Amino acid sequence: MIQFTVEDRDGTRQMLDVPEGFSLSLMEVLKGSNYTVLATCGGMALCATCHVQVLAGLDSLPPAQDAELDMLDTLPDSDFDSRLSCQIRVDERLEGGIFRIKGAEQ
Amino acid sequence: MITTDICIIGAGPVGLFAVFEAGLLKMRCHLIDALPQVGGQLSEIYPQKPIYDIPGYPAINAQTLVDNLMDQIAPFHPTFTLGERVETLEKQDDGSYVITTSDGTAVRCQVVVIAGGLGCFEPRKPDIVNLEQFEGRGVAYMVKNPEQLRDRRVVLAGGGDSALDWTIFLADIAREVTLVHRSDTFRGAPDSAEKVFELAQEGRINLVLQSNITSISGNGHLNQVSITAKDKTVTSLPADNLIPLFGLTPKLGPIADWGLNIDKSAISVNTTDYATNVERVYAIGDINTYPGKLKLILCGFHEAALMCQSAFKYVYPSQKLSFKYTTVNGVPTF
Ligand SMILES: Cc1cc2nc3c(=O)[nH]c(=O)nc-3n(C[C@H](O)[C@H](O)[C@H](O)COP(=O)(O)OP(=O)(O)OC[C@H]3O[C@@H](n4cnc5c(N)ncnc54)[C@H](O)[C@@H]3O)c2cc1C
Ligand code: FES
Repeated sequence: MIQFTVEDRDGTRQMLDVPEGFSLSLMEVLKGSNYTVLATCGGMALCATCHVQVLAGLDSLPPAQDAELDMLDTLPDSDFDSRLSCQIRVDERLEGGIFRIKGAEQ
Repeated sequence: MITTDICIIGAGPVGLFAVFEAGLLKMRCHLIDALPQVGGQLSEIYPQKPIYDIPGYPAINAQTLVDNLMDQIAPFHPTFTLGERVETLEKQDDGSYVITTSDGTAVRCQVVVIAGGLGCFEPRKPDIVNLEQFEGRGVAYMVKNPEQLRDRRVVLAGGGDSALDWTIFLADIAREVTLVHRSDTFRGAPDSAEKVFELAQEGRINLVLQSNITSISGNGHLNQVSITAKDKTVTSLPADNLIPLFGLTPKLGPIADWGLNIDKSAISVNTTDYATNVERVYAIGDINTYPGKLKLILCGFHEAALMCQSAFKYVYPSQKLSFKYTTVNGVPTF
């Protein structure tokens, strides 16, 4: 099991357990766990509605690729710890991480 | 006032194809879109991506699909109002509707078709408390007329292509140009980024990196912006204009206030003909919802065909509709 924490827009935190070996993105796991993540583009780094802030564990994640960085650059509320959750594969590197949901709700 | 049979709100793929289906039944269409170009999400979000699930096309580039749709509907001479957002829908005594846009354009029609997709694309706004108070008073989210910025002190915010392009363009026009960007690099077009760094070095623009605009002030009109750097130091800068350029994102917008049954940001429709709860108002494409709804272009096309068969009775109340194949009849133009 991979365990990490998700902080919703209202500040409530919840620990998620995801079995290892599933090829899912963090965006898909968040949606599957009933968080409101629009994911308008379906995970192509084109809409930024899956924006999360990585409050812990940023350094263990694989670095963002150009498409993701381009998209983050267009956001008004992105910061050095911002990522697009659709571009993050859920694997052991997320263990212990804390992710705050930032993308627009509507 | 523009007069037409069907007024289509939204010129995405589904709104465009509806013109074709309507045309086969001799119904004329006027389309309105808030974006300056047709094509909806395809042109705005993924013009260069291939789509693989359009029947008959193993792969088609999104912008090509839009161009093809425009060719396909050309025989029916649809008319367009682009760059204006539909604000109101008013029922007339004879059952027809008058639709008005943000710029005051009015369209009178027998049938309203909402093909609004995910809603209007609106500028993403930075989190500055009194930002809206200064909209139109120094704050704007696009540059409509660069001449209005001549000899002004202009602050731009953002790091995407349009922020870079406008910074370069305005360097020659404005009295002072400042670009504020949250990071210290630009990943947009490398040429533009290089040019911006050059202009900064030559002292022709101010480049404020690793910073965000956190507050603005003015007496009626904007006259100052405050910028907070990554190390939390705050500096203030006199400014006449602030142009945050953070791209567009779809919002349901005015559609929510038209008395339609809305379920989770989509309009509930009847699957017989995609009619809404309001007579003569239909909703097709991504904007509608019903049990089993899939937000696919293909499904929107199907909805457009069925909707037109139903709308015919409002446009030609005394005629009987007989179904004809295009192979039999060709494409009757008008
Ligand atoms: C990245 C991405 C990839 C996709 N890939 C596929 C795919 O492979 N296959 C597939 O079938 N689908 C795909 N889709 C979904 C597809 O793009 C949508 O189903 C399709 O665009 C819906 O078309 P539409 O005409 O209903 O709405 P849209 O394309 O959203 O167009 C709606 C238009 O209405 C306008 N509008 C809304 N409200 C107003 C108003 N009040 N006044 C004026 N104008 C208004 C908007 O500005 C917009 O231009 C993808 C979507 C994305 C984002
Ligand atoms: S889902 Fe669109 S950018 Fe991640």
